[in-house]
Amino acid sequence: MRQNYSNLQLTTLVVLRFLVGWHILYEGIAKLLNPQWTSAGFLKESKWILSGFADWVMSNSGILATVDFLNTWGLIAIGLGLLLGIFSRVAAISGAVLVFVYYLNAPPLTGLEYSLPTDGNNLIVNKTLIEAGALCVLALFPTSKIFGLDAWLLKRK
Amino acid sequence: MTDRMKAENPKGSDNRSNEGIQRRTMLKALAGLPVVGFMGFEIFKKNNYAIEKRNSVLKELGLDSIEFPESNYGKSKPSGELIRIGFIGFGTRATQLSKALGFMHPMEVKKGQQNNTLTDWMGQEYLNVAITGICDVFDLHAQKGMATAGNEIRPGGQDAPKLPVKRYASYQEMLADKDIDAVIIATPDHHHARIATEAARAGKHIYCEKSPALNEEELNELYTAVKNSQVVYQLGHQITQSIVFQQAKEIIKKNILGKITLIETTSNRNTSNGAWIRHLDPNGNPKPGNEDTIDWKQWLGNAPDAPFSVDRYYNWTKWFDYDTGMIGQLFTHEFDAVNQLLHIGIPQSVTSSGGIYYWKDNREMPDSLHCVFEYPNRDLTLLYSGNLASSRGRGRVFMGHDASMELGNNAIIMADQNSTRYAEGIRSGAIDPGAPMISFNPGAGQIDAVSSASEKYYASRGLTTTSINGRNVDVTHLHLREWLECIRNGGTPSANIEMAFQEGIACIMAHRSYLEKRTMSWDSENKKIV
Repeated sequence: MRQNYSNLQLTTLVVLRFLVGWHILYEGIAKLLNPQWTSAGFLKESKWILSGFADWVMSNSGILATVDFLNTWGLIAIGLGLLLGIFSRVAAISGAVLVFVYYLNAPPLTGLEYSLPTDGNNLIVNKTLIEAGALCVLALFPTSKIFGLDAWLLKRK
Repeated sequence: MTDRMKAENPKGSDNRSNEGIQRRTMLKALAGLPVVGFMGFEIFKKNNYAIEKRNSVLKELGLDSIEFPESNYGKSKPSGELIRIGFIGFGTRATQLSKALGFMHPMEVKKGQQNNTLTDWMGQEYLNVAITGICDVFDLHAQKGMATAGNEIRPGGQDAPKLPVKRYASYQEMLADKDIDAVIIATPDHHHARIATEAARAGKHIYCEKSPALNEEELNELYTAVKNSQVVYQLGHQITQSIVFQQAKEIIKKNILGKITLIETTSNRNTSNGAWIRHLDPNGNPKPGNEDTIDWKQWLGNAPDAPFSVDRYYNWTKWFDYDTGMIGQLFTHEFDAVNQLLHIGIPQSVTSSGGIYYWKDNREMPDSLHCVFEYPNRDLTLLYSGNLASSRGRGRVFMGHDASMELGNNAIIMADQNSTRYAEGIRSGAIDPGAPMISFNPGAGQIDAVSSASEKYYASRGLTTTSINGRNVDVTHLHLREWLECIRNGGTPSANIEMAFQEGIACIMAHRSYLEKRTMSWDSENKKIV
């Protein structure tokens, strides 16, 4: 694979990877450290096209527990993948999908009102959507084969 | 440039700098590690900060040493002998009570299986009881009761004994039967005291829905009958079985609120069902029942004669011959909640006022009612304000000089901005009078002094569930379980006859004050209302 990044481009991409990875990893760990955490609160607020899905998850404590487990460990795995640069592309793509699902549950569209206060002023675009976009960029502009354990994986091939 | 070469040509060539380059490649590959390490350190720091802050607040409040008694729920095996229970009255409340005992109508079980909502119920502790008697003046309800009692799918599974279920034509017949050990009374209120009194005399244990009695004479008679018997009497107030009440009890015991001089309790409803208009089904058609299927004479009991009407049968709460309206149906729960926590007992005086301001049908009961209960010996006023035409939540609030506690599905304690005790904490910023100082998570069984903003938000909306040892448990089930435990092992249940008497007197005083438009007082020497 040829990568023609300048040093500055490479540095910027690695920093972006660390920032997004940090955020996602900490989101996962914070949930892991809080035994009372459950996605039910978030899902109760779900509006728009995924609200039916959210209701289904909440309808059964078994499904809810599974979703909580997958979400927490998914976030941790994706966060570690991005920070350490291991299976980085898989991490970036699945991260983009996961974060986009969060967005679809609570998009700031006109007419949808949420009872939890939101961070800043948003119209259609919010920070969750931007994070999903950033993850797409990271998937298309990989750096983990230089600054990441993927370099080591590549070598072993 | 070398980076790129390395990436493109990881195997490298055999020149001298190869080793150095490989080491650098290796180091670059590990670039993420220090970031992860830094995060680990920061998480450690943050957790320590939270624990320290929590501990300092809890210590300041004297709550660091609280240990809640661990419940044996779900761990104990059914003990003692099977208790054979008879239901007197099998309407809506009785279906809930039988469900809490472990019995559901086969149709409901099927529905639950289809919706996958039976898990919590099937996990309910087996109480080692059998419903062996049903008595209802309405054939349809009696048949429902028989089918419910005979349903074989229930907690306890195969081990649960299957006894025949008998329908009794009258409650007197049931009380005379030696094969009934205990009765659950879930009739309209005007039967409660009379049936419970006769049950006590017949030696049957009693679980009776509120209200205990409609007037002073029958309340006194009930009290004497239960006192002179060996039976266990439990009044149907399930909400204090919630784990949150145990936590609130600790808050009161530790005097976190300071001197409490005012307690405000409310009912806030705004539906026709909530205003006791219940004779129509969801499609607007009259519910079943006529003079052929309802034994109207028996339904009236000792109440004054009135022609049969479906309105009276289903909406009896509207008339004072059958109950005391919001006082009997709603305030009773409020009184019990406060009395269980503070043991306030009988008020010295009660003043009520209100009127029929919204539901202008043929009712006697007011839809807006406000009662003031004075306890000068305790320096305390208990307020009740009920309204059936606005559902704005007003909560149940205990107001102390140092803090206030709102008690519902959860308990939220807010420091008072002018508190003496917390003045230093407020000045230093450790306590914010604008945010909950302590909140409870009923699921966790522990006090949470520092929770995140969204947790606080969800807790205040009551989105948390009450659970014991990790299970969702119906509070009515716990209340019945307590009653059954006292029957088997002795002891006094929480809503015992003393509590029922205090509640009964307070409610009768409030009701009479509304009717007679004057302040009612309690003559504690002669034990009567004046």
